[in-house]
Amino acid sequence: MSLNASATAVATQATSVASPEYSQYLRSYLTITFLAGAAIVLVGGTLAISRAVRPKRPSVEKLTAYESGVDPVGTAWSQSQIRYYIFALLFVMFDVEAVFLFPWALRLEEFGVFGLVEMFAFVVILILGLVYAWRKGVLRWV
Amino acid sequence: MMLVAQAESTLVLPHVDWVSVAPATILIGAAFVLLVAGSLLRGRLPKPTNITVTIAAAVAAMFSTIPLWERVREGRAAATLADAVQVDGFGVFFVITICSALVLSALIGEGFFVRENLPGPEYNVLMLLSASGGIIMATANDLIVLFLGLEILSIALYVLAGSNVRKVESQESALKYFVLGAFSSAVLLYGIALVYGAVGTTNLSGISTYLGDRVIFGNSLLVGGMVLLLVGLGFKVAAVPFHMWTPDVYQGAPSPITGFMAATAKAAGFAALLRVFVSALGSRGTDWQPVVWVLAVITMVVGAILAVVQSDVKRMMAYSSISHAGFIMIGLEAASHRTGASGVSGSLFYLLAYTFIVLGTFAVITIVGGQGDSAHRLDDYNGLARRKPALALAFTLFLLAQAGIPATSGFIAKFGVINAAVQVHSYAIAIVAMLTGVITASFYLRLIMRMYTAEPGEGAVAVRIPMGATIALVLCSAATLVGGLLPQVVVEFAQKATLR
Repeated sequence: MSLNASATAVATQATSVASPEYSQYLRSYLTITFLAGAAIVLVGGTLAISRAVRPKRPSVEKLTAYESGVDPVGTAWSQSQIRYYIFALLFVMFDVEAVFLFPWALRLEEFGVFGLVEMFAFVVILILGLVYAWRKGVLRWV
Repeated sequence: MMLVAQAESTLVLPHVDWVSVAPATILIGAAFVLLVAGSLLRGRLPKPTNITVTIAAAVAAMFSTIPLWERVREGRAAATLADAVQVDGFGVFFVITICSALVLSALIGEGFFVRENLPGPEYNVLMLLSASGGIIMATANDLIVLFLGLEILSIALYVLAGSNVRKVESQESALKYFVLGAFSSAVLLYGIALVYGAVGTTNLSGISTYLGDRVIFGNSLLVGGMVLLLVGLGFKVAAVPFHMWTPDVYQGAPSPITGFMAATAKAAGFAALLRVFVSALGSRGTDWQPVVWVLAVITMVVGAILAVVQSDVKRMMAYSSISHAGFIMIGLEAASHRTGASGVSGSLFYLLAYTFIVLGTFAVITIVGGQGDSAHRLDDYNGLARRKPALALAFTLFLLAQAGIPATSGFIAKFGVINAAVQVHSYAIAIVAMLTGVITASFYLRLIMRMYTAEPGEGAVAVRIPMGATIALVLCSAATLVGGLLPQVVVEFAQKATLR
């Protein structure tokens, strides 16, 4: 409350960086900085230790890329079937739907009937899109 | 501290006022019904279903504004849905404008899509969705909602621009529109972020209140945000120097879609510009007024001059629509002054008049374009008056209205914005506007001369006028004449629909 009073007293507070809200805001990023530092030290340390203690005897077989036990053939710039495109598109659509569904499901009790109806409307709209795609024959593997 | 406390308390669900969101809801609902029925029943739907549903939905959306208008007249217009939607006279005006454009485009498109053998309800569905996006934009009271509306409007328009699947020009225009449109949306979004950073809210009334009762020193964040908002929305209304996409997109898109695009995208874009700059950022008028002044002047002049040298009618109309955008911006410029309330009503009347004029124009262009939608050279209009006198007469009316000749709605529209500029003593911009009017008249009159005096060339395309287009032409001509001869009703409507 005292913060609020000072805010109205000093009209320029919107741009002053040294105000308490800002340091509070930056402090929450401090945790992330510590975590990032710990991650770098941990990963870098283990890699450095293994490099120091391991024996190194390279051969041609050992240096080839591993691809599920099959010999890697050709370049990475290979063509793929255009037919996969429509499935990729549908996948993205329903993947995004899932992204919205999970946080909604976590707070479902708070949202109540309103949230249920809203999500129902959202899902129905997507299903209508799927019905359209199905009737247009894009789900058939031709 | 207070923010954290709010987040942990129980969720406050917004009260849904269905009446105030009815126009957009009706259009979206009709779009879904049409899409699903069209795909489930495929060829078994009777032929006029698409157009009937589209027009019925648009008319229903128009009638659904009656209770809203009652509220506005009683002074009970308020923001609803957690302050995200503001249905005031301004919003109602744009619902009427956009729905009129939808009805006319559906009528023009009916014959066109049959002629080009492009069956299916998709075009009507996309037009309905696009119009609903425009309505959401015009009634938004929050920058985020405004952005959502803009995307709904634009994404449907990108697809519509490429809807003539057998023409490579149509595909090209869709791709250009999409790439540049996505770019401008990103710019707009960045502007929203900067404005949010400066004032701490995305709510338009919130921004207005915040800026109204305090002085911000060092407001570079806010100014940067305003500039980016102006760039993003300036792209949508095709203001110079953000107009580069317009000629190519207008030329390549199917003709009825070009008309729809010119009417709706412009109306919705200006609705957003006026709402954001006049109602939310109105107290910072001195900051944005010079920029809008320059934009208005160069938009008018560049659009008019480049239109003179075009040899393709659709390209010419694209540049002429750029010039019109400059005229509408005069109203915005006037509204930046404290005494410039008539600027907004001038812009509103201009947009409504322009909707009918431009759709009438594109109805004629669609008809003359002939099979393949390709006869758009100026030569294709030679001697049209001898082949189709009534069509040539209607086209003459629309061209004269675009030039701003008295007794047409175009005159009252131009008079309205120039008058608003004079009232706030912006004499320079008024003089530029009148001089630009003379330049634009030259190429409109040249086209009229071609229709009446030139000999029809060899192999002139046979012109057939479908039923729907006839109705659209009659409606547009009537609106253009009524707007010019008896403008009082519409002018009063526009004056009551202003923001302040």
